[in-house]
Amino acid sequence: MSKVRVLVGTKKGAFILTADGTRKNWEVSGPHFAGWEMYHLKGSPVDPNRIFASQTSGWFGQLIQRSDDGGKTWEPPGGDKTPAPGEFPTGASNKFVYEGEVGTHKWYDGTQHPWEFKRIWHLEPSLTDPDTVYAGAEDAALFKTTDGGKSWKELPGLRGAKGHLWQPGAGGMGLHTIVLDPSDPKRIYIAISAAGAFRTDDGGITWRPINRGLKSPYELPDPDAEVGHCVHRIAMHRARPGVLYMQKHWDIMRSDNAGELWSEVSGNLPSDFGFPIDVHAHEPETIYVVPIKSDSEHFPPDGKLRVYRSRTGGNEWEPLTRGLPQQDCYVNVLRDAMAVDSMDPCGVYFGTTGGQVYASADNGDSWTAIVRDLPAVLSVEVQTLP
Amino acid sequence: MIRLVLPYHLRKLVGCDGELQLEVGGPLTLGAVLDALEARHPVLRGTVRDHGTLRRRPFIRFFACKEDLSNEPVETLLPEAVVNGIEPLLIVGAMAGG
Repeated sequence: MSKVRVLVGTKKGAFILTADGTRKNWEVSGPHFAGWEMYHLKGSPVDPNRIFASQTSGWFGQLIQRSDDGGKTWEPPGGDKTPAPGEFPTGASNKFVYEGEVGTHKWYDGTQHPWEFKRIWHLEPSLTDPDTVYAGAEDAALFKTTDGGKSWKELPGLRGAKGHLWQPGAGGMGLHTIVLDPSDPKRIYIAISAAGAFRTDDGGITWRPINRGLKSPYELPDPDAEVGHCVHRIAMHRARPGVLYMQKHWDIMRSDNAGELWSEVSGNLPSDFGFPIDVHAHEPETIYVVPIKSDSEHFPPDGKLRVYRSRTGGNEWEPLTRGLPQQDCYVNVLRDAMAVDSMDPCGVYFGTTGGQVYASADNGDSWTAIVRDLPAVLSVEVQTLP
Repeated sequence: MIRLVLPYHLRKLVGCDGELQLEVGGPLTLGAVLDALEARHPVLRGTVRDHGTLRRRPFIRFFACKEDLSNEPVETLLPEAVVNGIEPLLIVGAMAGG
């Protein structure tokens, strides 16, 4: 029977939750890297026992950890080996250095400010090569490793896509979303807080903004600006790589032409503000969001935690509430904290800033909390294992 | 041989419970100690000072003999008591405040 492994990053460590295919009885392992902010963990689709993790701290900076045994043991790629006499240490698995001239972006006061590396928000392992991973950084940039995380190199063309106009929002200028096109290895989509969505069609050498149709009347002086939109998350179904769904700061958006043009599909949602969005594993038109009251009040409307599902690719939404708290609930669900498994029926998972990880083994119809008292959840990923 | 005390999270990274003993060649400056520490434990590169600039990270402090050496130039010679192994050099995570 298949197994499911849920990788949970929290403000104070990582947790790994495992269950068999029934998804009823869960084992919890962790905290791994106790006390560190674990922004994101994700396994390689090629080798699921290979998991990469972003370990970060305001004091001690960034580390990348890798497990090759499904999360039982970890080490920084390249290891912490003592160099032989006369040998220079090669450990560079946490060395994220911007390419060439560092360059500047727009600062809060309107002046230009140099890029400064702060942390890795998101790790996206290649769909075909277990040694290749993309990493999304704050300040926004895309890095790539082709040696299993031992060394990282920036793809600087991205910052050439009007980077001087990007301006950090209150949450930081993080590159938080990386979507790889399974039908075209040279096409990658990324999204950056308060800068927008971008696409490359040449493997990351050149990039261009793909924000046409996004409207930000409350956040930008020009609501149709080419860059500056606060994209929170983009999701895609593998079977339809040209169809993208987006949770923007406000608005749920959809593109049917690889981001060339977006249209709003918020429909009957009680609020179209939120962070995560994801697509059902087997139904490309079934999508999930978690409405949040507003950008001023980061909690669910009316104290009711509701996942909303659309089976029509947007516009028509139904609340999913069974098993979720329907009173006095004031948690948030962050952008990287929702994922689906590929079992049938599809499992849907999300984590909250209150430390709960909820799971549904029936397409979202009903929910149970796998754990209730973790530190604030930053990210949730799911692996479906044979 | 000098004595070095790391903060909890960095001790965990290098798998060390107590003080580190570190052999440092040449003049015993702050910079030489950090070079030797990173050579001995490459996992610490980037955690005490930034890659590239080699600037001390903002919330790292260097204390020795009840003095704050954090803002001293890296060429500064360490106090005699640290050089002689009587006192440790402390690498400290700064107070969080709040």
